[in-house]
Amino acid sequence: MNLIVGKEHFSENVVKLEIEAPRIAKARRAGHFVIVRVDENGERIPLTIAGSDLKKGTITLVVQRIGVSSDKLTSLNVGDKVCDVVGPLGQATRIEKQEGTVLCCGGGVGVAPLLPIIQAHKAAGNRVVAVLAARNKDLIILEDEVRKSADEVVIMTDDGSYGKKGVVTVGMEDVIAREKVSEAVIIGPAIMMKFGALTTKKYNIPTIVSLNTVMVDGTGMCGACRVTVGGKTRFVCVDGPEFDAHQVDFDEMLRRMAGFKAEEQEAYKAYIDKK
Amino acid sequence: MAINEDILKAEREEAWRKEVRDSMKPKDRMALPRVRMHEVDPNVRNKSYVEVNEGLTLEEARNEARRCLDCPNPGCMTGCPVEINIPKFIKNIERGEILEAAKVIKQTSTLPAVCGRVCPQEKQCESKCIYNKQQKEPVAIGYLERFTADYERESGKMAIPEVAKANGIKVAAIGSGPAGLTFAGEMAKMGYDVTVFEALHEIGGVLKYGIPEFRLPNKIVDVEIDNLRKMGVKFEPDFIVGKTATMNELREEGFKAFFVASGAGLPRFMNIPGENSIGIMSSNEYLTRVNLMHAADKAYDTPVFFGKNVAVIGGGNTAMDSVRTAKRLGAEHVYLIYRRSLEEMPARKEEIKHAQEEGIEFMLLHNPIEYIADEKGRVCQAKLQVMELGEPDERGRRSPVPVEGKIETIDVDMVVVSVGVSPNPLIPNSHPDLATTPKGTLEANDALQTTRSDVFAGGDIVRGGATVILAMGDGRKAAASMNDYLQNNK
Ligand SMILES: Cc1cc2nc3c(=O)[nH]c(=O)nc-3n(C[C@H](O)[C@H](O)[C@H](O)COP(=O)(O)OP(=O)(O)OC[C@H]3O[C@@H](n4cnc5c(N)ncnc54)[C@H](O)[C@@H]3O)c2cc1C
Ligand code: FES
Repeated sequence: MNLIVGKEHFSENVVKLEIEAPRIAKARRAGHFVIVRVDENGERIPLTIAGSDLKKGTITLVVQRIGVSSDKLTSLNVGDKVCDVVGPLGQATRIEKQEGTVLCCGGGVGVAPLLPIIQAHKAAGNRVVAVLAARNKDLIILEDEVRKSADEVVIMTDDGSYGKKGVVTVGMEDVIAREKVSEAVIIGPAIMMKFGALTTKKYNIPTIVSLNTVMVDGTGMCGACRVTVGGKTRFVCVDGPEFDAHQVDFDEMLRRMAGFKAEEQEAYKAYIDKK
Repeated sequence: MAINEDILKAEREEAWRKEVRDSMKPKDRMALPRVRMHEVDPNVRNKSYVEVNEGLTLEEARNEARRCLDCPNPGCMTGCPVEINIPKFIKNIERGEILEAAKVIKQTSTLPAVCGRVCPQEKQCESKCIYNKQQKEPVAIGYLERFTADYERESGKMAIPEVAKANGIKVAAIGSGPAGLTFAGEMAKMGYDVTVFEALHEIGGVLKYGIPEFRLPNKIVDVEIDNLRKMGVKFEPDFIVGKTATMNELREEGFKAFFVASGAGLPRFMNIPGENSIGIMSSNEYLTRVNLMHAADKAYDTPVFFGKNVAVIGGGNTAMDSVRTAKRLGAEHVYLIYRRSLEEMPARKEEIKHAQEEGIEFMLLHNPIEYIADEKGRVCQAKLQVMELGEPDERGRRSPVPVEGKIETIDVDMVVVSVGVSPNPLIPNSHPDLATTPKGTLEANDALQTTRSDVFAGGDIVRGGATVILAMGDGRKAAASMNDYLQNNK
C-alpha cells in the first residue's frame, strides 16, 4: 500500500500525483516506469516516473483519465492509498554528451516522462530544445518545469490557442532547419511518435521513443507488451521502454494497442454509469 | 540426501507396521482394484472453475492403502524426487492414523496438498510401483498424498512446524514459488529471520498465476503461506530484487545470504509470420490474466479475450491449462495443436485425459507456420504444417518432420502460444557477479551455491522449466546448504 501525499490538477483530466515509495524514489533513473494497481480489483497499468523526491521518499506520476483504471487513480486524493506500486522497471535512458542539440519532444501527458530526460541531458551538459505539443492550451503541462531545464521551449497547439499553431512535427522541422540536432527524444501518443520518427528519419537524426504498450506484469513474464523492433520481437517492459524510433514497427504497435479497445470502452461506460 | 536403508528397515520391522502388513495376504491385496478419483462431470466442469478432482473418502483411501504391499525395497521411493517414505505414510493410512501419515510426508515434502495435485506421479513414484511389473495399475500414491494433506488441513489440527530459537540472522528468498516458499519454511524452522521478496502483488509464483483454480485452488496455497507467516516468515510483495533494490543494497541492510528462486518466467514465441497479431498471446499472459488478475470476472478491471475458436500451441501442462481455461471461458472449439504425437506429450497424463473428456479437439502432428489477420489486425486463421514422426534421436524420442506440401488452414480468433519458457533474466542481468549457463539458467553447484558464496539458487531458474516437486526439493537442499555456509562463516 502506497500513500498519496500530493495531488495537483494540470487540467480536468490530467492529474499529478505524488506517492510514497521510498525505495523506488531512490532507485529510479530517467526513463524508468512503475506498474500500479489501484485497488484489489484493479488491473496492472504502467506509468512512467516523472520525478522523485529523495528526502520525502516519493515519486511523481502524471496520469491522464482515459479509462477505468486511470479514472480510479485520478479520483484518489491526498491521504488515500494505492494498492500496489512496483518498480522501477525498464531500462534507464542512455544519456550521452552530444555535439549538437538534443531535441526533446513531448505530446500531451508524454511531457511528464520527458521531463526527467530533459533534466538528465541538461545535467550531462547538452543543449536541449523542447517541443511541447498538445491539442490546446489547457493540455500543455509542466511547462514551467521544462523551462527550468531546457535551453529553449517551443509550444505547439493544434488549434493555435497557445504557442504556434500546428502539430509537433512542424515545431521539430523548425528547430532542425536552424540548428544541428544530434539526437531526438519523442514521447507521446503512439501516432505522434510515429510521425515524429518519420520526420527525424528524413534528416538521419538518431531518435529515441518511449513506448507505452499494453502491459500485465511489467517484468518480462507475459509478452503482452511485445513490439517488433528492427524485425525482431522485443518486450517493452524489460528491453525498453525506449527504442530506436526508426526501427519500431509503429503500425503493428498501433494495432496491438487497439486490441482491447472495445472491451475497455464498454467497461469504462459501465463504470461511469455506476459512478 | 540418500535414503538411509537401515532406518527404513528398522521402521518396517516396527510392531504396528508388521501387524498392518500381516493383516492381509499380498495376493488379496493385489486383487483389489485401484480406486477411481471422484471427478465433476466433464460437461458441468468445463463451464465452471470448480476443482475437477473431488478427492477420496476416508474409506476409499484406506482401501487403496491396502493395495500397497509395503515392499522391503520400495521402488516408489526411488521414483520420488524428494524421497518421501511412501510405504510408511500409506500404512499409516491403512491403520487409520491419517495425521501420522501427514507427518511422515512432511518430513521430506513441504507442500503435499500441492504436490498431491500437480506432480506427474505416473512418471515418478507410481511408475516404480511393483504393480506395474504385474501389468496392474500402480497404487494411487498421488491420490493418497492429496487425501492425507487435505484430511490434515480440514481436521483443523494442521501441525505448524516447530521453530528453533531465533538466531537473528537475516536471509532472503527471491521469488515466492514452490522453491522460495519451501526454502523459507526450512530456514524459519532453523531459527533464521526470513524475508521472501516477490515481484508480483501475490505470493505463490506459478502456483498462483499459472496453475488454474480447477486444478489447484488458491485457498490450498494460501493455507501454506499462512502457516509460513505463523512461523515468522515475512513477505514483501511488489519487490523486484535487482530493480527495487539489488542484493548489494540488501546486504547493506543486513541480509547475510540469498536464495534465488525467480523461476522460468520468460515466455518463448515461435517467431513465425503474424505471431504479433491481436488475439495471439503467450500462455503466461493468458493464464496470468485469468488466474492472477481474475479477468474473466466482471468485477475485475483486467480484460481478456473470449475466443470462439481457440488454438493452443504446445503439449505441456501449461498448454493443457490453457485449453481447459479457454473452454471454461466459453470457446466453442478449442484446438490443441502439438507437433508430435500423444505419446510424446510432456503434460501429466491426468490433464490430457481431463482435457479430452472436456471436449478439447486434439490436432496432433500439426505445427503452425503462419497466422493470418483480418483488416483490424486480429488473427483469423492459422496455417498448420502437417508433421510425421521421423527416426528416433539418441534419446529415443522420435522427432517430428514436416510432410512436404501438406498444409492445413483453420479458422481461429484467438491463439495461445505455449511452447516453453526461458529462465527469468532479471536477476542474472542485474547481478553480473552471478555466472549463467548458455541456456540462461544460473550456474549452481551440487549444494546449489552459485558463483557468489552467499547466493544460492534453485527451482526453474537453475533447471529451466521443470516441476513443482523439484523446485521444492531444491528449496530444502538450498536451506541445508545455506545453513552450513552461515554456520561455518560466522
Ligand atoms: C501453467 C503451468 C502449469 C504447470 N503445471 C505443473 C504441474 O502440473 N506439475 C508440476 O510439477 N509443475 C508444473 N508447472 C511447472 C512448475 O510450476 C514450476 O516448475 C515451478 O513453479 C517452479 O518453481 P519456482 O519456485 O522455481 O519458480 P516460480 O513458481 O516460477 O516462482 C518464481 C517467482 O519469482 C518471482 N520473481 C522473479 N524474479 C524476481 C525478482 N527479481 N525479485 C522478486 N521476485 C522475482 C516471480 O514473479 C515468481 O512469482 C507448471 C507451470 C506452469 C506455468
Ligand atoms: S508486460 Fe508482461 S512481459 Fe512485458
